[in-house]
Amino acid sequence: MTRTVLRAAAVPLASVVLGLVLGAALIAVQGHSVTTAYGALVLGGAGDADALLRTLQKATPLVFGGLAVAFAFKAGLFNIGGQGQLLVGAAFAAGVGFGLEGVPLVVHLPLALLVGAAAGAAWGAIAGVLKATSGAHEVIVTIMLNFVAGNLTDWLAANPWQDRSGSNIIARTPLVKPSAEIPTWGWLPAGFVLAALAAFACWFVLERTTYGFEVRSVGANRHAARYAGISVGWIMASTMAVAGLLAGLGGAIESLGVDGRFEAGVNVGLGFEGITIALLARTNPIAVIPAGLLVGLMEAGAAKMQFESGVAPEIIDVIQALILLFVAAPLIVRWLLRLRDTDDRRLTLGAGWGR
Amino acid sequence: MTLPATDTNGGTPGRRAGLGPSAWSPQRMWSVAGAVVLVALVWGFYAWDGAQTTAVLGGTVRAATLLVLGAMCGMIGERSGIVNIGIEGQFLMSAFTAFTVASMSGSLFLGVVAGVSTGLAMGWMLAAMSVGLRTDQIIAGTVLNIAALGLTSFFYDRGRSLGQPKYQSIELGPLADLPVVGTALFNRPPLTYLALVLVVVLHVLLLRSVWGMRTTAIGEHPGAAATVGIDVIRLRYWNVTLAGGLAGLGGAYLALESVGTFTRAMSGGRGFLALAVMIFGRRTPLGAYAAALFFGFTTALQGQFQLNDTFDIPAQFVGMLPFVVTIIVVAAAGLFGRMRDPAALGQPYEVR
Repeated sequence: MTRTVLRAAAVPLASVVLGLVLGAALIAVQGHSVTTAYGALVLGGAGDADALLRTLQKATPLVFGGLAVAFAFKAGLFNIGGQGQLLVGAAFAAGVGFGLEGVPLVVHLPLALLVGAAAGAAWGAIAGVLKATSGAHEVIVTIMLNFVAGNLTDWLAANPWQDRSGSNIIARTPLVKPSAEIPTWGWLPAGFVLAALAAFACWFVLERTTYGFEVRSVGANRHAARYAGISVGWIMASTMAVAGLLAGLGGAIESLGVDGRFEAGVNVGLGFEGITIALLARTNPIAVIPAGLLVGLMEAGAAKMQFESGVAPEIIDVIQALILLFVAAPLIVRWLLRLRDTDDRRLTLGAGWGR
Repeated sequence: MTLPATDTNGGTPGRRAGLGPSAWSPQRMWSVAGAVVLVALVWGFYAWDGAQTTAVLGGTVRAATLLVLGAMCGMIGERSGIVNIGIEGQFLMSAFTAFTVASMSGSLFLGVVAGVSTGLAMGWMLAAMSVGLRTDQIIAGTVLNIAALGLTSFFYDRGRSLGQPKYQSIELGPLADLPVVGTALFNRPPLTYLALVLVVVLHVLLLRSVWGMRTTAIGEHPGAAATVGIDVIRLRYWNVTLAGGLAGLGGAYLALESVGTFTRAMSGGRGFLALAVMIFGRRTPLGAYAAALFFGFTTALQGQFQLNDTFDIPAQFVGMLPFVVTIIVVAAAGLFGRMRDPAALGQPYEVR
């Protein structure tokens, strides 16, 4: 057991180390101190209770975003739409969060979460249904839906749902009511607990249920799955809906538990990091948790790193891209580490734009 | 590897070689009819409001230039069997280097050279990942996109300016005085003309030259191509790398001619729109240019709507237009008149 886990984790771990080493080189070339920079990064992400809280808060949507990519991947679908699914989830959850009044917490909070999740699921399902009915490639459709969602949520936040209090001109909703706020217990945000539970739920569904078996069959070989009597169209559509649900839930928690409202342009980019995280976790739902924590820690510590060493926080994006490169092309890492070509199941998708 | 046993399109041999539908197929009739209606409409609007029509047409060509460069980059890759969804990243990275070099050297030309070189380098990276290392091609392209966004954000210098005017329009003599299309087509800055020339040249090369036939061969059936002596790996490397140069030119065009500066994430999804343009244009340069004009038109309309208050549509809804159109196009392309992808698209080729 330990051996298999270690073997599976060898390439991702080596990729992280390589990414950090190249990041260090970049920092040194710019004339900053690497030890100060990385020291501040770690302290800013895990140095005290506040730092830990920040890391867990950052990690929550990242775990959800990673799950949204990983789950779809199991059916052979590449969901680049986490961004749009997250945005509609965040906006609609905030809409319910500030729009309802005088509702007890036990009703209000679950309802807001549910509406956010449903909005994300609907957004994901568009791509899934189009893929199943017309063969429209989900990569193109989800990317386009990201832009549509960006515009739609901007409009919601700037027009019907705009915060009209005082002289606010920012495109943002009012604060959600206390009855819709997700609590934080000390350094532990309840949203992160939900994220971890969602990861285990994904693992259970994929590995221990008939539905999960069908999803994985479609991912392994669409034609064989159809021949075996699995409704491929239904699996593709529903898988994308589940993926959207996960991303939407991440967005809902972001609005209800971290930002306290929805503001246009605040969550941009969050959805794309899900891709890195899912690939770093080699699309294993449980492994998405540590992958999300790692990226969350880097993002939580980036501000302190900039403050203490002067390194621009965008270095985090560069390190992430490098890690993604090494994870995606494991041959590089294997050649560097002289690792033998082990059980490595190669990450592949059905490419091509048609059915 | 599977052999395409039957041609599910019922396509003619000409179709096979990528020559498009035969002389008077229903598809071609529809295209011609569509073009006639479009020309009539444009003429009507011109008579109604000349200034605005000219502005929209100019905006159409402006937006189409970037899209067609990206689409041509994508189609060379796809005809060779390599999906390139990294065009967005190639645009962004080349726009960044083109802008930075032009700003530091004071020469727009050197900027263009830098942009094209960056595009070539990123094309080579995509080839190295997807051809050499046999990484999944969609993931390889995503790596390029994320890397470009990360690197350009990290090195982005807010205070830097171009320090000189961007590329200015050049009038092509009396052609520029033609009604309707004069300003839109013949009073353009230099990179637009270059792109137009490239569209025509590449169309001929892809459909008529030995290189074009070989490219189609390695995308359709690399195994068969190899048996007649084509070095599949080598040609795929060359094609994907050189195609990157086209996207690089697109990036340079974006920074030095279309906008005149660099901003974070300035490619704004147009690398992905270029893919839809490529599919819509049936992977031929001229077809892609027609599709690019159509997409450019939706973009130009969006700009025009935002400028005047004739129509009271929120900016965000107008902003969605090109993306919604793309979704409809991609879905409709699947539902009606199914297109056939190159048979070996997306599959790594291994020498056995």
